[in-house]
Amino acid sequence: MPTEPPGADPLAPLVGAHTVAFPGGYTRSTGPVIGRFLTELRDGRLVGVRAASGRVLFPPTEYDPRDGSPVTDDFPEVGPAGTVQAWCWVPDPRPAHPFDRPFAWATVLFDGADTALLHALDMGPDAGADPPRGLRAGLRVRPRLRPAGERTGSITDIACLRPEVTAIRDTGRLDYTIRADAALTRYLEAQTEGRIIGSRARSGAVYVPPRDLDPADGTPVTGDVELPPTGTLTTFSVNHVPDPRAPQVPFVTGYVRLDGADVDLLALVSGVDPERVRPGMRLRAEWLPPEERSRTRPSIRWFVPDEGAEAGTGEAP
Amino acid sequence: MSAAAPARVAVVAYAAEVHPGGTPAAEPALVHCAVTAVLDQAGIDRADVGFTCSGSFDYLAGAPFSFVGALDSLGAWPPISESHVEMDAAWALYEAWLHLLSAEQGDSGSTGSGGIALAYGFGKPTQGSLPDILARTLDPYYLAPLGVDADDLAALQARAAIDAGVCAEDAAGAVGGAPPADGAAAVLLATEPAASRIARARGVRPAWITGLEHRIDVHSPAARDLSRCASAAQAAAAAGVDKGPVHVAELHARHPHEEALLRAALGLGPNTEVNPSGGPMAADPVMATGLVRIGEAARRVADGTADRAAAHAAQGPCLQHNLVAVLEAAPEGGPR
Repeated sequence: MPTEPPGADPLAPLVGAHTVAFPGGYTRSTGPVIGRFLTELRDGRLVGVRAASGRVLFPPTEYDPRDGSPVTDDFPEVGPAGTVQAWCWVPDPRPAHPFDRPFAWATVLFDGADTALLHALDMGPDAGADPPRGLRAGLRVRPRLRPAGERTGSITDIACLRPEVTAIRDTGRLDYTIRADAALTRYLEAQTEGRIIGSRARSGAVYVPPRDLDPADGTPVTGDVELPPTGTLTTFSVNHVPDPRAPQVPFVTGYVRLDGADVDLLALVSGVDPERVRPGMRLRAEWLPPEERSRTRPSIRWFVPDEGAEAGTGEAP
Repeated sequence: MSAAAPARVAVVAYAAEVHPGGTPAAEPALVHCAVTAVLDQAGIDRADVGFTCSGSFDYLAGAPFSFVGALDSLGAWPPISESHVEMDAAWALYEAWLHLLSAEQGDSGSTGSGGIALAYGFGKPTQGSLPDILARTLDPYYLAPLGVDADDLAALQARAAIDAGVCAEDAAGAVGGAPPADGAAAVLLATEPAASRIARARGVRPAWITGLEHRIDVHSPAARDLSRCASAAQAAAAAGVDKGPVHVAELHARHPHEEALLRAALGLGPNTEVNPSGGPMAADPVMATGLVRIGEAARRVADGTADRAAAHAAQGPCLQHNLVAVLEAAPEGGPR
């Protein structure tokens, strides 16, 4: 079709659009074998065809691709599950592709079949540019058929394949209202002022957070004591599961024995590569800025290495 | 017509006209350049060519019978003996080779070739979307409706090759490796005495075809072991690739993993120089690319920088259909 407007640059290359298409589409006969397969598929059944050798060809062909011999008229059901053989990841689908988000192509050997089917494999709406970790040869998958009323007798009656269910996600949650007791209230209120409160038992042991009763013998404690914001790491763990209180994964949680305390305080440890955290490290509390502090939660953001103290320990580099 | 028979047909001239970025030149002009070049090299006239065969793919231009238009460049009047394959032009060379062999054996249907045949191929793949165009060659029942394209299928085979340890993850590289180019290529074949006469006049050696075979795998990539290229191995064995040292091999590999699969299928060792021309990944004049492999391998035999070379052409999804040629300077038991 002419696309040049009048007065166009006569020296510019002459370019026009050209389309090849068959109006209304091109009708193909299926023959008895492929026709049987597509008819069964429209009814929601996956059938292969048995070759003279006994092999089951899926999807069926009129000949055995191994030796060209005609197939039998036995159409055994296969699947519904199959196993991924080869696959490739399509991070950036093109218009002709069946998804507008990342997906895979895969060849899948259905249970009971001896040849594989190539089809699109949906690894879920959250899949990104990189192939999902679970996408491997050996992955078990099943077809997702289009609803019965929408099936027409086409290979695309299988909308896609998707992995078998191997896990479920529990998204349930429970919400509570915690009423702080007197000791916890004193502890959190003191933290809003940048102080750490513990309590001293009759035995002389110092507990932090403070308690009203000594857990060793059940006797009331003698009173509160103030503890310094410094201490020693006794043990720790590196956490790879995200937590709303930690800035990123992995993060470190540790038991900190505050100077003067007889029990450990559970806290986040930050400001140090998780690889370099060691029991015995000297730590100090890093406080939230005053405007972020609240009675409803601890005002210690986390503990960080107490650099000045560390230098004096003479620890081997 | 096996590797055991003495060579009777040689490649005596080769030329290619390739435009990596595409060209507005029409197909007949591209063919004219390549064909005129081989005739000039050989010092012969169009009338000296007894049989002509071309390879092309009408969907590249989106015009039915576009290969007929390309004949305009040949001077096809009075009528010439001519044929066409809707395949890479390496298969046009195969038909021309058969024609010359038949003529030598006195096949009444092929007489009068004068011992010289022309094979050429051409294509303009830069005018459309090549992955979509190649997808039209897929099984219309089970593959084409999916929207899977040639690059997808190549990626599928790359993964199979990686999983099987045929090539490393990084060596498989990005698929869609070969940049489509517009172009044409032509090869002149000759039997004796024309072969030696033309080669002498050019000051080169005839590149005798001592083996030329093609084999095909099942169409559906899902019905094959994609980590190997069985039909390429069969074609190579039938062509006798392993009957002697292979100094140079030109492989129709459009992706890095395809080169790894084909090296294995042809049994090429570290002493074989593979794709010294740059190969399809340097320029891919679709439908001439396979013929270019034969032409480039023959050029090395002709100029004396290789005594024995292998050439490979492929078409179809995941290297489905493979052709292997062996070219030699002076095969044992054959003409000198």
